[in-house]
Amino acid sequence: MSGQAEKLAKLQAQARQIRRDIVVMVGAAASGHPGGSLSAADIVTVLYFEVMSIDPQNPAWPERDRFVLSKGHAAPVLYAALAERGYFPVEQLTTLRQVGSLLQGHPDMRKVPGVEMTTGSLGQGLSAANGMALAGKLDGKDYRVFVMLGDGEAEEGQVWEAAMAAAHYKLDNVIAFLDYNGLQIDGRCDVVMSYEPLADKWRAFGWAVQEIDGHDLEQILAAIEHAKAIRGKPSIIIARTVKGKGVSFMENEASWHGTAPKPEQVEKALAEL
Amino acid sequence: MTKKIATRDAYGAALVELGGKNPAVVVLDADLSKSTKTYDFGQKYPRRFFNMGIAEQNLMGTAAGLAAAGKIAFASTFAVFGTGRVYDQIRNSIAYPQLNVKIGATHAGLTVGEDGASHQMLEDIALMRCLPNMTVFVPADGVETRAAVLAAAEMDGPVYIRMGRSEVPVLHNEASFNFVPGKAVILREGKDAAIVACGIMVSAALEAAETLAGQGVDVLVLDMHTIKPLDVEALVAAALATGAVVTAEEHSINGGLGGAVAEALVENYPVPMRRVGVRDTFGESGKPQALLEKYGLTVGDLVSAVQEVLQRKVK
Repeated sequence: MSGQAEKLAKLQAQARQIRRDIVVMVGAAASGHPGGSLSAADIVTVLYFEVMSIDPQNPAWPERDRFVLSKGHAAPVLYAALAERGYFPVEQLTTLRQVGSLLQGHPDMRKVPGVEMTTGSLGQGLSAANGMALAGKLDGKDYRVFVMLGDGEAEEGQVWEAAMAAAHYKLDNVIAFLDYNGLQIDGRCDVVMSYEPLADKWRAFGWAVQEIDGHDLEQILAAIEHAKAIRGKPSIIIARTVKGKGVSFMENEASWHGTAPKPEQVEKALAEL
Repeated sequence: MTKKIATRDAYGAALVELGGKNPAVVVLDADLSKSTKTYDFGQKYPRRFFNMGIAEQNLMGTAAGLAAAGKIAFASTFAVFGTGRVYDQIRNSIAYPQLNVKIGATHAGLTVGEDGASHQMLEDIALMRCLPNMTVFVPADGVETRAAVLAAAEMDGPVYIRMGRSEVPVLHNEASFNFVPGKAVILREGKDAAIVACGIMVSAALEAAETLAGQGVDVLVLDMHTIKPLDVEALVAAALATGAVVTAEEHSINGGLGGAVAEALVENYPVPMRRVGVRDTFGESGKPQALLEKYGLTVGDLVSAVQEVLQRKVK
């Protein structure tokens, strides 16, 4: 196997493990958001296992790259990546959403090592990412801030305030992903609230825009490399994804946005993963 | 004649002073820098000043991100836009994660004047003081404002500083004033009744105490510059010493200083009490002084309130 093929195979296996973790922890919690966690799993895997410069032993390392999960309800994918990367024991994942657990329903930066920003109320993560990016520029540090937005989340007005500001301040150290799975709680995004043309909107706001298949690891890697090379403007990678990706009965079903699998469904899902 | 200065002017000067002392301090504004007085900081430290445009949600979120990356972020706009409009951003991106964001809110209360009710914030103390992790300062004059700003920068976590548009008398001596967050200042001792005041109502409280002294009524005046954490000890001591309490604030009588004092006294040492403030209504356009008169926030109103609680006092 070539180096690149080997790298992709490793990432593929890692993404599969993260999907298994998501199903298991949401099943154990009997509550949570599997659909949007599974759709973001490949991107999050690439970031945490290939792209980001981070040190799980030293989560506060000032030079580290940052990741802000603006669509905070996808907390399970972030927790799985952090645990698999060694920020805390994998065994803790099944404490998700229990009283006293570090793993809140939505990410809490004060509780979980590696969580960079407390999120959950949609639309706020890009603003925080911008603030971190401004601080990085001010301090002459070359870290990058990655941020994951949901497509439904882009209906929030604050996202566009932040989009405008990121371009105004030429935050080329911000790389955003839009997890374009096309579904939100009430159904198809284009039925709930028409937001197309999304790519044109981001372009009009002054961003460098790429559109990729968000489950193709090679495309994800290439898009990030391309975004890193862009100077003078922020980048967004609009990633076409499948909500519930990897679990046949969850795929493209809006009902799996915030529904936990029952024990027999967990078994069925794990058999597929 | 007493020297007068607007607390927002003191804020602008304190930020410039702070900027020279602490390179971690950054300032953000939302297109009101000439009114909030953050403009001078921006001129002196342009790299550390961020105008976010007319976009308050992003103002608060960006401040949170800067704080998460180690900065002490002062975010400024008018009180009405810096609290109610962005309550969820403050709640979820600042207070809950306990980030080092200091909200410098100016143009609070009726004395905004001619702009009218849409700009006269009368509920901000209530909104901010019910948030866990939030400290709430309502300075009475320029000296207290400077001290509150410097103190806020030293504290770890979110702080709300409420300031006004209009000039107010300087009550404290800058050289000798010792500002301790959470510790009220006794400006005048007394044994018949206590006026607990914040912001522009502190100087009115002192005048009311003068007037009442002429009638043989001895009034204690407590400058409650910190609404949260409330100085319950000083409050109970004042209630014990006088047996009657009047609160005074340029804010709704619901949920602000009066609410906080009532809660603390009911649980610790109930005495006859009256809240002087805006009585559950919106304001309107007008000259600041005319508004204070119409909405019952004058020295005369405080005198009447003290006389009224004295009637109910247990003899």
